[in-house]
Amino acid sequence: MSEEILKLSCVELQRKITKGEVKSSEAVSAVFERIEKHDVQIGAFLSTFKQDAMARAKEIDSKIAKGQKVGALAGVPIAVKDNMCTTFGTTTCASKILENFRSPYNATVIDKLLAADAVIIGKTNLDEFAMGSSTENSGLKKTVNPWDKSRVPGGSSGGSAAAVAAQMCFAALGSDTGGSIRQPASFCGVAGLKPTYGRVSRYGLVAYGSSLDQIGPLTKDTADCALMLNVIAGHDGKDSTSVDEKTAPKCDYLAKIDEPVKGLKIAVVPELFQGADSEVVAAVKGAIEIYKKSDAEIIEIKMPHFEYSIAAYYLIATAEASSNLARYDGVHYGYRTKKAGDYIEVYTKSRAEAFGQEVKRRIMLGTYALSSGYYDAYYLKALKVRNLIRSDFIAAFQKADCIMMPTSPTTAFKIGEKMADPLQMYLSDVYTIAVNLAGVPGMSIGCGFDKNNLPIGLQIISSTFQEEKLLRIAKMFENQTDFHKQKPRINTDKYEKKLTTNEHE
Amino acid sequence: MGQKKIDIEQVRQVAKLSRLDLSEDEIAQFSGQLSAILEYIEKLNQLDTSKVEPLAHCLPINNCLREDIVKQSLGTEKTLANAPQSDGQFFIVPKILEEPGRL
Repeated sequence: MSEEILKLSCVELQRKITKGEVKSSEAVSAVFERIEKHDVQIGAFLSTFKQDAMARAKEIDSKIAKGQKVGALAGVPIAVKDNMCTTFGTTTCASKILENFRSPYNATVIDKLLAADAVIIGKTNLDEFAMGSSTENSGLKKTVNPWDKSRVPGGSSGGSAAAVAAQMCFAALGSDTGGSIRQPASFCGVAGLKPTYGRVSRYGLVAYGSSLDQIGPLTKDTADCALMLNVIAGHDGKDSTSVDEKTAPKCDYLAKIDEPVKGLKIAVVPELFQGADSEVVAAVKGAIEIYKKSDAEIIEIKMPHFEYSIAAYYLIATAEASSNLARYDGVHYGYRTKKAGDYIEVYTKSRAEAFGQEVKRRIMLGTYALSSGYYDAYYLKALKVRNLIRSDFIAAFQKADCIMMPTSPTTAFKIGEKMADPLQMYLSDVYTIAVNLAGVPGMSIGCGFDKNNLPIGLQIISSTFQEEKLLRIAKMFENQTDFHKQKPRINTDKYEKKLTTNEHE
Repeated sequence: MGQKKIDIEQVRQVAKLSRLDLSEDEIAQFSGQLSAILEYIEKLNQLDTSKVEPLAHCLPINNCLREDIVKQSLGTEKTLANAPQSDGQFFIVPKILEEPGRL
């Protein structure tokens, strides 16, 4: 029974729960059986809430039994990246500096999940403060890729991606500042959506790069992304950068998900394929061929400023981070050193003892970029280049409905492979970062496997606030393929993909 | 690479501004790593941006004003709940007034 339940998508599970065909408590039990069996190896979760989740599931089951109205995620077990504040459990950001932090309030997305009757089962691992591309920068735990335990799950939402791929939850929330939803989604073979900047409230998301951060879902398939976006999107008075309904009305992203986009025009940037592994290029080109066969028109374009996105990003994001992370002072909350002689040392030693290397490196780089004498040459220059990068996107969307490219130049790399050289790690975000700088929505869906049976992601990017169309475009591909239905085999040394929905691990 | 983009003394200065008490090993390591990153970032100078406006964020939003409404705040107990040291009413920190001029 529990294996049957685990195969369901969120959309399917929610329907079955509301019809009384499956109990939420059964789904929660199934998920915890799975976590107890596999998470010792995978390491996706930093904390779980088994008792509370079971109690909540039973409440929802009894509401349904009494015929009461329930929400869009009724009884569905969901995981949340541990950089979103919850009044229950801790909110650690995978940092020693917040290891014991208990938030006095919920992030808006958490309140929205709860209002939709979701069951939050646990909080997932990440690169410390979401700074990284492999989850290896977590200060608290190691997470591995469910497809190959010697490889990284991607990052920074690596725990969320691994948890969805390993069927230890039905969907998860992640955050994406430079690719942190899309790249782990690609590495773990799940769907991941970064909405338009401003679509989802960032209230209660621990800030990293505030002009770039955006919360989004990681799910088994595109329809589940649409369902999750339905729940979390919308204006929030507590986040002045969340757009109002007049500027960009939200809609029902699930209602027309199966309606193909007529006269679809897809832009591709041939130069951008040069930097990717040949197997990744072949899979992405194969995916574009499938669209072509469905009468999509492929338009070759140039994005002359795209290649500058990593350089601009690592100034802008680190500058914002250096300011955002000034709040960790060893005074108001979080870790305090035991070795402070005076109040200055409370700051300097608390921060030095509790921040990890990557966080320190980014604070240093950002502080340098903002410091007197360097501001114009670095920070201001990067903001101007950001404008040029955005103009590339604006020009592209005048010609096409979306842009397609790989999510990542490679499949999941080996644990430790890029840890010695931070610049090499940064360069692995080459395809995702420009999307954040331009503020547009982007998505990764599975489009193939390499010779090591590691998932390959197709990135689809659309214009500002066009998530509805973006999701429909992604769904057109899923309707013709079964990459999204393949699951990793865990717990053995050999991994094999499964070819039909009926098979499972 | 020749001259490092950011030398040991500059790293020390930035660490001070960042309120990070770095070890000598970290300072040496960051000098090398940050120099390599800044070297890469130099590529931005290939672009002429003399006629480009800086873009701080991508939203069609400027000032967001709201009604000034009185709401319940967190309160002392919740505010101090995560404090590393407090007396139930205040955050406790080492004396800050002994060395004027040091900031």
